[in-house]
Amino acid sequence: MNRNGPAALLFHALFVGFIAAPILIVCAVAFTPDGYLSLPTHGPSLRWFKALAANRDFVEAFWTSLWLGVLSSTIAIGFSVPSALALARHRFPGREALAALFQSPLMIPQVVLGIAFLRYFTEIGLGGTFAGLVLGHIVIVMPFALRLVLAASAGLDPQIEHAAISLGASAWRTFRRVTLPMILPGVASGWVLAFITSFDEVTMTVFIASPRTTTLPVRLFLYIQDNIDPLVAAVSAALIGLTVVAMVILDRLYGLERLLIGRGRA
Amino acid sequence: MSARGAPRGRLVPYLLSAPAMLLFAALLLAPLLATALLSLHSFNLYKGIQNVYRLDNYTDIFTDVYFYEIFARTFRLALLVSLISILVGAPEAYILNRMRAPWRGIFLLVALGPLLISVVSRTLGWALLFGSTGLVNQGLLASGLIGAPLQFMYTETGVVIALTHVLVPFMVISVWATLQRLDPQVEHAAVSLGAGTWAVMRRIVLPQVMPGILAGSIIVFALAASAFATPAIIGGRRLKVASTLAYDEFLNTLNWPLGAAIAVLLLVANLAIIVGCNRLIERRYQEAFG
Repeated sequence: MNRNGPAALLFHALFVGFIAAPILIVCAVAFTPDGYLSLPTHGPSLRWFKALAANRDFVEAFWTSLWLGVLSSTIAIGFSVPSALALARHRFPGREALAALFQSPLMIPQVVLGIAFLRYFTEIGLGGTFAGLVLGHIVIVMPFALRLVLAASAGLDPQIEHAAISLGASAWRTFRRVTLPMILPGVASGWVLAFITSFDEVTMTVFIASPRTTTLPVRLFLYIQDNIDPLVAAVSAALIGLTVVAMVILDRLYGLERLLIGRGRA
Repeated sequence: MSARGAPRGRLVPYLLSAPAMLLFAALLLAPLLATALLSLHSFNLYKGIQNVYRLDNYTDIFTDVYFYEIFARTFRLALLVSLISILVGAPEAYILNRMRAPWRGIFLLVALGPLLISVVSRTLGWALLFGSTGLVNQGLLASGLIGAPLQFMYTETGVVIALTHVLVPFMVISVWATLQRLDPQVEHAAVSLGAGTWAVMRRIVLPQVMPGILAGSIIVFALAASAFATPAIIGGRRLKVASTLAYDEFLNTLNWPLGAAIAVLLLVANLAIIVGCNRLIERRYQEAFG
């Protein structure tokens, strides 16, 4: 490959600065020792992280988000695995339509989903409940979970399963001992991606969360609407830190480049 | 397994995907249908939601200047964000593609990694840069580009900058994917035949990455037109766009039927743009390359 010229490198530097600046400033302001928004010019301090740990609203919202993410991505994976196997291994009438249906939440604006869920859950008696949040999040994370499980299932050699069956293994045993271990990396990365998506989701959730079931991003969003102080910078820095951890896990399991660019994108 | 002709074998894929199918019917199709019906109801301040079926909400939206202004702003912002994303994202994808081994991977992650970071956190970063610390203005003043501080918070300029930051990775992904299918030998051939850098760009590279740029633009436009958190934080309560308008109708004014009508319009416009443009691109490039 030929190298980039100086003009290209300058453009690249500006681009990287543009992408990194808002993220870096959030992390920097979070470490300020002052009581107002400022850069920690005279040494970093953990003052605002301590304030965050002592803030009941944010801590409760964190636990809500965590459980919501764990439950919705686990259930979504449970639904995704059989569907992914059906889509990857079989050619059947309606296959394309089904694949499109499962990817369709990506094409529907999250605001629209939020409005639809708010009305629907209120009607069926789940308005403002944690169960409603979980159901809504399952729909939102399904496309992500399914995509990675599908990618793993598509690369599977059916001969191995045939061998297991011809050796007398039952269908369930074949799935549990042969198929599942082979698609496990895809399943695990699908779960992590689904979890991040759920954990970061704000637009749909802001419609259906009640004061008791507010998630961390929603709490952050509502707080920022009223005022911006170093506390929200600390919350955001913590969120960014968690995301980086998840990214490292995903990179080990699946490869981030493959995840972000990989085929099968809508 | 697909070769097996027995009736039970043919049912297998349907049985396997039945749970997810039922889930989507109950949790996606039903709520959307209910929203479409809700948008036909009317709302009265004293009596609440009336179960009638009329197009009143839609005629309201299409005739009121207030709504027209908000939808026009939404469209304008989305268009600007898409154009800037092309100007920023496409060259960056090209530059990334020409980098050498370790840097290529590292900077690709720098460019795309933010996609996994919460939109609220990323937007907060811009609020900090624009507002209180005012680093953007300090930088611009110091560089001599401007004489007086500019207003970014609560302006369309601020929303466009922050939204471009949130969405430009999608453009980079799209153009990058097209570049991977490109044969570098064609570029070399053009250079060896005496073409200058500019001519190679315009005559060789650009036409070939055009499908990627168009596909990226569709994604960026659709996401920008329906963006919520970024316009809500940077634009504030006065600078409304379609999605923040729907939010206000639902949670502040409590006029759910009107909010539902806005949601239906947003959904229809979104699907029309995505499906319509994709068809157009496919047809055009099948003719050219197929």
